[in-house]
Amino acid sequence: MRVFGAKTADFAVSNFYNDPIGHWVVVVLAMVVVLFVLLTGTAYTVWFERVALGHIQRRPGPNRVGPWGLMQLAADGIKLAFKESFIPAKTDRVIYVIAPTIAVAAAFLAWSVIPIGLWYNVQYWIADVNVGVLLIFAVSSLNVYAIVLGGYASNNKYSLLGGLRSAAQLISYEMAMGLSLVPTFMIVGSLRLRDIVEYTVHWGPYTGPIPLILLTPIGFVIYMISAVAETNRTPFDLPEAEQELIGGFLTEYSGLKFVMYYLAEYINVITASALATLVFFGGWYLWFVPPVLAFFLKVVFFVFVYIWLRGTFPRLRYDMLMRLGWKVLLPLAIVNVIVTGVIIVLVQG
Amino acid sequence: MADEENKPEREQPSVLDDIGALAKGLRTTLGEYFSPQVTTEYPEEKSPRSERYRGRHYLRRYDNGLERCIGCELCAAACPVGCILVIAAENSDENRVSPGERYAKTYEINMLRCIFCGYCEDACPVQAIVLGPEYELSDTSREKFVYTKEKLLEPLPPDVQARLDRPHPSPPPEAGEGKAL
Repeated sequence: MRVFGAKTADFAVSNFYNDPIGHWVVVVLAMVVVLFVLLTGTAYTVWFERVALGHIQRRPGPNRVGPWGLMQLAADGIKLAFKESFIPAKTDRVIYVIAPTIAVAAAFLAWSVIPIGLWYNVQYWIADVNVGVLLIFAVSSLNVYAIVLGGYASNNKYSLLGGLRSAAQLISYEMAMGLSLVPTFMIVGSLRLRDIVEYTVHWGPYTGPIPLILLTPIGFVIYMISAVAETNRTPFDLPEAEQELIGGFLTEYSGLKFVMYYLAEYINVITASALATLVFFGGWYLWFVPPVLAFFLKVVFFVFVYIWLRGTFPRLRYDMLMRLGWKVLLPLAIVNVIVTGVIIVLVQG
Repeated sequence: MADEENKPEREQPSVLDDIGALAKGLRTTLGEYFSPQVTTEYPEEKSPRSERYRGRHYLRRYDNGLERCIGCELCAAACPVGCILVIAAENSDENRVSPGERYAKTYEINMLRCIFCGYCEDACPVQAIVLGPEYELSDTSREKFVYTKEKLLEPLPPDVQARLDRPHPSPPPEAGEGKAL
């Protein structure tokens, strides 16, 4: 959340920001705000998911605790916080404790570079990194360490199987996901998320930012599918697969460590939604809607799409998952990159 | 492609068909999302019950306020789980509780044992014990589930209650009146 950019240098806040110490104060403040907003957002994402899934099944979902059940997550959180923090015997204790921490840390890290909006020269993000997308990919891959290590350290065959599945799944979908965004980078010519959002076209009378999905629709489809797989959510939630693996890597986790995994999963959902918003749907630009609100609305929409997918499709069998990843999405992504490259050369050259 | 379509059995579904199937699934769930919910919001609204629903028991009275139960213990004998305890006592002219010779001095039902089969209701010769519609019987201790006679007995009919509540002395209900019933 850089406050007041160079254009409004006469503002006192701007001077404060340009000062080295003031800069750090602002950044740390922004981090705290983002952390707080994310935690709250995660809580209400869980609420939203439960209500939306309820509606899909023609029931109201949680509606008892507080107005519209909005305090449900507070109740659940208190309940989980007071549970005994149980560590099973013969586990690898250090790794067992560290694994959920990795999940949460990796999930939060992604938000250090996600731009939320640009509103009256106020920049709502922590850092404007010129390889922002790469950083998001890097930290979102860290999530698999949490799952594999958690599965390994639990000393439980179901946990181990869940962890192994997660590793195989990540390898299959990481590449397709990365390649699905490459056409966007080729068109925009930058990995900076702000540049991608602010990519301007001159189409006849219209000059301005466009949702890039108009130029990269196939990339969007591949991204959405592999993002669901990347965040281990239904229909790709094989690592936890309740019916076959009890709870997969989560089997031996309870109390606050379970909460950490849970938190990480939902932050990853929000992150994937935010990335879809930024890369394919024009970030904070939405007609007359104020930028930050527009970003929020788009993220909520994508979170709903995630929930919608979860409420619709059954889980893929393991070999189907592999086949979809290696035989469909990856070739499609590569072809997409090649075709986009050819078109760019033809249009520009 | 045309040759394949002419084959009557086993058409290989194309990718477009698959995507169509996925879209159809998404459309179905979205349709369900916006269709009316079927949930009954239980404590606020309750689903209707049959008139013959067997809930908690009541001990009934005659219209003149006398208890129907004559202390015959047939209900206790009929009860398959033995949850009914009846201890009878003799009626007298000074203390007339029921129109018969005897009445139930103690009448207890252990609701934790009761299976709500309604055999007691069938066994009763004077329709004294009936199973009512209430089913929300939860409580906080085991002791509270032993329903005593005070709890089971239905209140006096309003006219009898009014007669009893009247401040000036009035003739007591005639003893022979109940017997006629």
